[in-house]
Amino acid sequence: MITTIRLWIEDKLPAWIFLAGLLSIWQLIVAQKWVASYLLPSPLQIFDTTLEMWPDIFAATLSTAQSILWGLGLSLIIGVSSALIFFSIPIARRAVLPFCIFFQTVPIIAIAPLLVIWFGYGQPTVNASAFIVSLFPILANTLTGLQETDPQLKELFRLYKPSRWQLVFKLQIPSAIPYIITGIKISAGLAVVGAIVGEFIAGGGLGSLIDAARTQQRVDLVFSGVFMSSGLALSLVYTINLVTGLLFRHRPYLRKQ
Amino acid sequence: MSSIEVQQLEKSFSSDAQALFAGLSFTLDSDECLCLLGPSGCGKTTLLRLLMGLEQPSSGTIHVDPALDAKMSYVFQEPRLVPWRTCLENVLLPLELTAENNPAARDRAVELLQKIGLGDRLEHFPDQLSGGMQMRVALARALITQPKIILLDEPFAALDERTRFHMQDLLLELKARLQLQYIFVTHSISEAVYLSDRILLLDNTGAARDIRSVPFRERNQHLKLTPAFNDVVKEYSSLFSDMEDSMKKSNAAQSKQ
Repeated sequence: MITTIRLWIEDKLPAWIFLAGLLSIWQLIVAQKWVASYLLPSPLQIFDTTLEMWPDIFAATLSTAQSILWGLGLSLIIGVSSALIFFSIPIARRAVLPFCIFFQTVPIIAIAPLLVIWFGYGQPTVNASAFIVSLFPILANTLTGLQETDPQLKELFRLYKPSRWQLVFKLQIPSAIPYIITGIKISAGLAVVGAIVGEFIAGGGLGSLIDAARTQQRVDLVFSGVFMSSGLALSLVYTINLVTGLLFRHRPYLRKQ
Repeated sequence: MSSIEVQQLEKSFSSDAQALFAGLSFTLDSDECLCLLGPSGCGKTTLLRLLMGLEQPSSGTIHVDPALDAKMSYVFQEPRLVPWRTCLENVLLPLELTAENNPAARDRAVELLQKIGLGDRLEHFPDQLSGGMQMRVALARALITQPKIILLDEPFAALDERTRFHMQDLLLELKARLQLQYIFVTHSISEAVYLSDRILLLDNTGAARDIRSVPFRERNQHLKLTPAFNDVVKEYSSLFSDMEDSMKKSNAAQSKQ
């Protein structure tokens, strides 16, 4: 127990002290009126606004979270299965992957209006936006993981003449799991961006709340929305760590990244 | 009756490189255990891989008795344990891939691990074991399929002396009890004399000297302390040195040209 506390102090305390210092300086700057509060509201003002507007902020956060989970879940299913197909059928990889890479380079803000035309205003467009930006890291990481299977282990398996499926399920997929987990973590952050951008254009959720607050010059509310978005991304990464930790609690190697 | 017949064997890895073995031919009787001895780079591992079918000869033929072909097992120079599988699961891997995994096989794997001194490490992962322990698990994995011939590539090089002696005696015991035939690579002349009925001395020019009469039939660790054993080791050491000298001379002559 004492060791755990000591480790926590060594590992986490510096960041909390830095955060406390930063917030104090920020509060001081605004309280001394060195910066106008309509440009930079104080941390306490942001906290008050968050409390005051909590029902609206909570509903918006919930809506954004739903879209993120939709987008990320779909990316996980389609990304991993596409990677498996590309890995098993090299000609499919050569034919399709260059276009996936090209598609990834097009900014989501440029695609979002198209999504509104296709899916209409509201959550379907936001889900699609979160899906598009979070797909590629999962696909690319899974494919890399499958391709990076240790050649020495492949040779070992060859000794026992495994079937194609045995090779995939007993060697290649387990080898790729640490890469898939990394891909999910990268995609989680991107899915938040995709959802917020989608909401700017299609409405609803934190994106819409931030956009509305901007038009009303409610900088405090903008900050509330921004902090909630960051909170969502952090909780998502924390949840992924928790779930993968639980799933592979008896297989420490698969959690290593 | 011969179990393996090699005729006019040559192997080259590129068109401009000197071919290994220079037409090596030998026949291994079904009751013989063979050791491949020679300096680094002479092709001991390659010959073992050719016998296992992991490499294809550039010319010549290798004929393995069809009754033994499916009963061959191989131990690589490095343990090659699957990192996300426990010791026991690693040993059971060949049986999983050949669909022979059942409770009796599990009992056999546990028994094997106990025999090699890892009975208390069944649920440990490879990264929790020392290099020597990992090598012993690799040996157990090769033995679980109840092979008739086992090919071992410097299997005991990473082991401490006491464990090495124990593993050498285990091989001799399996040979006596199960008529297990083995072909192994080593750099130790003493180990070669102790474990084999026959030694194939290879050199870098492709020449091979076949020593058919390793004279000891009854073996235990005390044999290594006898003058007779040490005389044989000395005799083969000088043979080995002669081969190395002639190889150096031939290399020097080649570089002058």
